[in-house]
Amino acid sequence: MLAGAAALLGACGGGDDGELVVSAASSLQRPLTECTEGDDVKLQFAGSDELAAQIRKGVEPDVYAAANTKLPEQLADEGLLEDVTVFATNRLVVATAERSRVKGLDDLGDDGVRIAIGSDGVPVGDYTRALIGRLGERRGRAIRANVRSEEPDAKGIVGKLEQGAVDAGFVYVTDARAARLETIPLARALQPEIDYGAGIVRHSDAARAFLASLTIGPCQDALREAGFGAPRR
Amino acid sequence: MPRAARAAWFPALLVAATSLALLFLTLPIVAVFVDTSPARLVESLGEEGALDALWLSLRTTAVALAIIVLVGTPAAWLLASRDFRGRSLAVTLVELPLVLPPAVAGIALLAALGPEGILGGPLDALGVRLPLTTAAVVTALTFVASPFYVRQAQAAFASVDRTLVDASRTLGASEARTFLRVVVPTAAPGLAAGGALALGRALGEFGATLMFAGSFAGVTQTAPLAIYDRFATDFPAALALSAVLVAVSGAILLVVKLGARA
Repeated sequence: MLAGAAALLGACGGGDDGELVVSAASSLQRPLTECTEGDDVKLQFAGSDELAAQIRKGVEPDVYAAANTKLPEQLADEGLLEDVTVFATNRLVVATAERSRVKGLDDLGDDGVRIAIGSDGVPVGDYTRALIGRLGERRGRAIRANVRSEEPDAKGIVGKLEQGAVDAGFVYVTDARAARLETIPLARALQPEIDYGAGIVRHSDAARAFLASLTIGPCQDALREAGFGAPRR
Repeated sequence: MPRAARAAWFPALLVAATSLALLFLTLPIVAVFVDTSPARLVESLGEEGALDALWLSLRTTAVALAIIVLVGTPAAWLLASRDFRGRSLAVTLVELPLVLPPAVAGIALLAALGPEGILGGPLDALGVRLPLTTAAVVTALTFVASPFYVRQAQAAFASVDRTLVDASRTLGASEARTFLRVVVPTAAPGLAAGGALALGRALGEFGATLMFAGSFAGVTQTAPLAIYDRFATDFPAALALSAVLVAVSGAILLVVKLGARA
């Protein structure tokens, strides 16, 4: 019976039947789903750090694609990940809810404005903190004082914006674009370097081919389509 | 097959099934404690936010439970003591949150009480903005946990001996007095059990809270949310806080069980 249940649940631990298992950051969901359509690829999406924690606990996908390079590099140092490659870049924007009173960066510190950001230790949260740190002491403090929710991933921020539960949130431009949210662009000088890194957990031809297609090929094209930038040289 | 051997297989099966169930249900809980050293556990409680989260969990759960008991007890008595058109429908509706996935509960609460929700406009006009507040946590806990209490209370009331109730009424006691003096004391063990179930569900609530109330330390980040927050960045801290939550829930369950017996 247990064997039957295990078979039913199947494939959670990795592809033994030629199926490629890819653990990828939530923000990659749309482009990666598009570019692997029809292929024998099983994609699972969650926060990059959550997926890294799973890998450390012995969960073995074939490929791991994160929303930063810090986590893949850490995993590589621990001997859990190889061939770490930067395959895309992203930018932060301030996305606003429908009928939000936030129309520009200066409104973010106004009294009563509610802001959602990523929580500490989660890539989108760390980038946001770095960016707010560059807005100047006074403005930064006013914005931080208006934070009402620290979400475990970008999806949570987008959801709160769509429901009007917050007035504004710091998200990736790709998330805002996918959800068709109004955005306030942030100057290049403020942007942290958001590099997406991927690597191989379990080596196979399919895993190497997938990693390659992230930098040149259908997956890179889908990423560009979704608003990601080309990897920095 | 000898008769004795034939007779023995069924009890053996029962023992095997029970052992398997016990092992499967307790192993993960044991692992939480085995993986955490007592020193680490104490240390994690001293960490910034851990005690806040636990305290917030206990406070919001207590308020939610008070609301559930105050409203749920008379409602359960009505559902158990009267036969009326639409009673089964009412019973089913009350139990509906039991089968809702927590994420659905969170989305449903946003759709109903969020700024863009059905009651969002009227609430906004009254100056009430529920999402992202501690009150939103209480709302989410009450929503997901109340069926556990109402269901159990209804069953407890239904099994109260009708002759006791009739005797009290014959002696001239009003329904309210009969309810408070006869029905509630008789049904108390069942009510306590229902309260314990609701309390356990509220203390462990995660999905609906995150979606409806968000996650902010000291305001809406309850212990389960704090555990999830640490899961990715600091697994030992997540484990230690989990151990504390298991201990607190276990202690509450034990107190209620002992109380019901006494």
